Amino acid sequence: MLSHDHAVELHGVSRVFAGRAVLDGFALTIRPAEFVAILGASGTGKTTLLRLLSGLDRADGGTVRVPRRRSVVFQEPRLVPAKRVWQNVVLGRRGAAARARAEAALTEVGLAAHVNAWPKTLSGGEAQRVALARALVQEPDLLLLDEPFAALDALTRIRMHELVGQLWQRYRPAVVLVTHDVDEAILLADRVLVLSGGRISLDVPVDFPQPRIRSGRDFSDLRMRLLSELGVAVH
Amino acid sequence: MSSIIRIEFPPAQQAPARGGEGGLIDLSPQRHDLSPQRHPAPGRSRLNGWLLRAAAPAAILLAWQLASSFGFVAVEVLPSPADIVAAFAELIRLGDLQAALPVSLGRAVAGLAIGGTTGLALGLFAGLWRIGEGLFDAPLQMLRTIPFIALVPLFITWFGIDELAKLMVIIAATIFPMYLNTYAGVRGVDPKLIEAASIFGLSHRQAAWHVILPTALPSILVGLRYASGAALLALVVAEQINARSGIGYILNNANMNQRSDIIIAGILVYAALGIAIDLLMRLLEHLALPWRPKLALA
Ligand SMILES: Nc1ncnc2c1ncn2[C@@H]1O[C@H](COP(=O)(O)OP(=O)(O)O)[C@@H](O)[C@H]1O
Ligand SMILES: [Mg+2]
Repeated sequence: MLSHDHAVELHGVSRVFAGRAVLDGFALTIRPAEFVAILGASGTGKTTLLRLLSGLDRADGGTVRVPRRRSVVFQEPRLVPAKRVWQNVVLGRRGAAARARAEAALTEVGLAAHVNAWPKTLSGGEAQRVALARALVQEPDLLLLDEPFAALDALTRIRMHELVGQLWQRYRPAVVLVTHDVDEAILLADRVLVLSGGRISLDVPVDFPQPRIRSGRDFSDLRMRLLSELGVAVH
Repeated sequence: MSSIIRIEFPPAQQAPARGGEGGLIDLSPQRHDLSPQRHPAPGRSRLNGWLLRAAAPAAILLAWQLASSFGFVAVEVLPSPADIVAAFAELIRLGDLQAALPVSLGRAVAGLAIGGTTGLALGLFAGLWRIGEGLFDAPLQMLRTIPFIALVPLFITWFGIDELAKLMVIIAATIFPMYLNTYAGVRGVDPKLIEAASIFGLSHRQAAWHVILPTALPSILVGLRYASGAALLALVVAEQINARSGIGYILNNANMNQRSDIIIAGILVYAALGIAIDLLMRLLEHLALPWRPKLALA
């Protein structure tokens, strides 16, 4: 169904809420293993787009083609408080095999010590890493991240950037990261999109090599360009 | 700023020797030391707490006993604590209490089991399925406004004056607290959690079992606690109907024989049942909800 060189294909997609088209004639293709960051002012439809990609919501028109295996990390961890951390990672599954998988995934996100903990005892960053582990055990071909670091403190956010970068290198899913942090987008993504007026208003590749340094010339040029596209005055 | 300080800590009183004119005044003479070794041993403070709480009841008991002993109140009106202990001894010696307790408990437990299960099932049905909500919620919300005690005369005409009427009163009293709390608990589960479950491939049935029920359990247990209390209250009311066995029978007999000591003993048995239920429910919540942050209730 999907052509081999595309993980995501959207054509002419519209989504209308109360007579207002949030997405209108929207088109987007993403290659397998591509890391795409999406920027846009609040209310421009970033979450709406991600909900269409995840299958939680249906478009009102157009074509939406996505891989069968998809995972989401939301802005909030969304862990079941009555289930231990490992049970959250393999939600709905039981037994020794499920537990072993959960433990492996938790070890990868650096939470081996919290396998048996209750979600309410975790810090915000830890809970979000559990959510990441839960997304990973699905072995997704498309990983959707909706501002997953927005609620974290600056230090924890830097660690999470490293972790997501490493995991992406290892498993190579296509990634769509919604963020309002321009630096975050440039640090992690192959390609940055800016959403406005229900369409993509800017689509730029980030082609300078990893690891990217915020003080680098390329970095600050791209930051300027993205910020002015977002309508932020740059001096 | 400095005027406020002068009002609260007049230097002449608070720090007479330190500093003097123009010298430094230490405004924090009693900094809180929260190091663990500075706190009293927990065992001892708990004992003090118990003594403190026991003081008022003990004083009342003593005053009550003295008032009776010196004849300030008539024995027929208010027997002394010693009389009531004697009444208990009599009830046990004659085997009345041993015969009555299982009967009364049996009624309460049977009514709670039937009413609680019905309320739970209706609450789950209405909470999980739209059809269930449409069918049951509005009628049950209307019925719950009827105080169950008002139903007693009706139940007597419908079900007679034997066990069935008693059981039905207890069932009617327990269905609603169970239903309301189960329904509210299921409906109160964050839709975002259910959304996440569907993303991770859980079917509706799996989401209900692995996400909704465990998350709604605290509320369901609150329902059970209320239902248990209601069962006890309904038991007391139901046992007034033509009591031929149970604690109600003891009370009824004592009433006819003008034995206020036995009446009070019977009331105390009901009270003890209430305390026992409460402790049991707390234990159950403690065991069933290990993931909830503990509140200090001791
Ligand atoms: N379920 C919904 N019902 C009605 N309006 C919605 C719904 N979801 C989103 N919207 C509207 O669509 C617009 C885009 O929302 P969203 O995608 O959440 O924006 P973003 O994530 O970019 O901040 C907003 O104006 C929002 O009010
Ligand atoms: Mg959003």
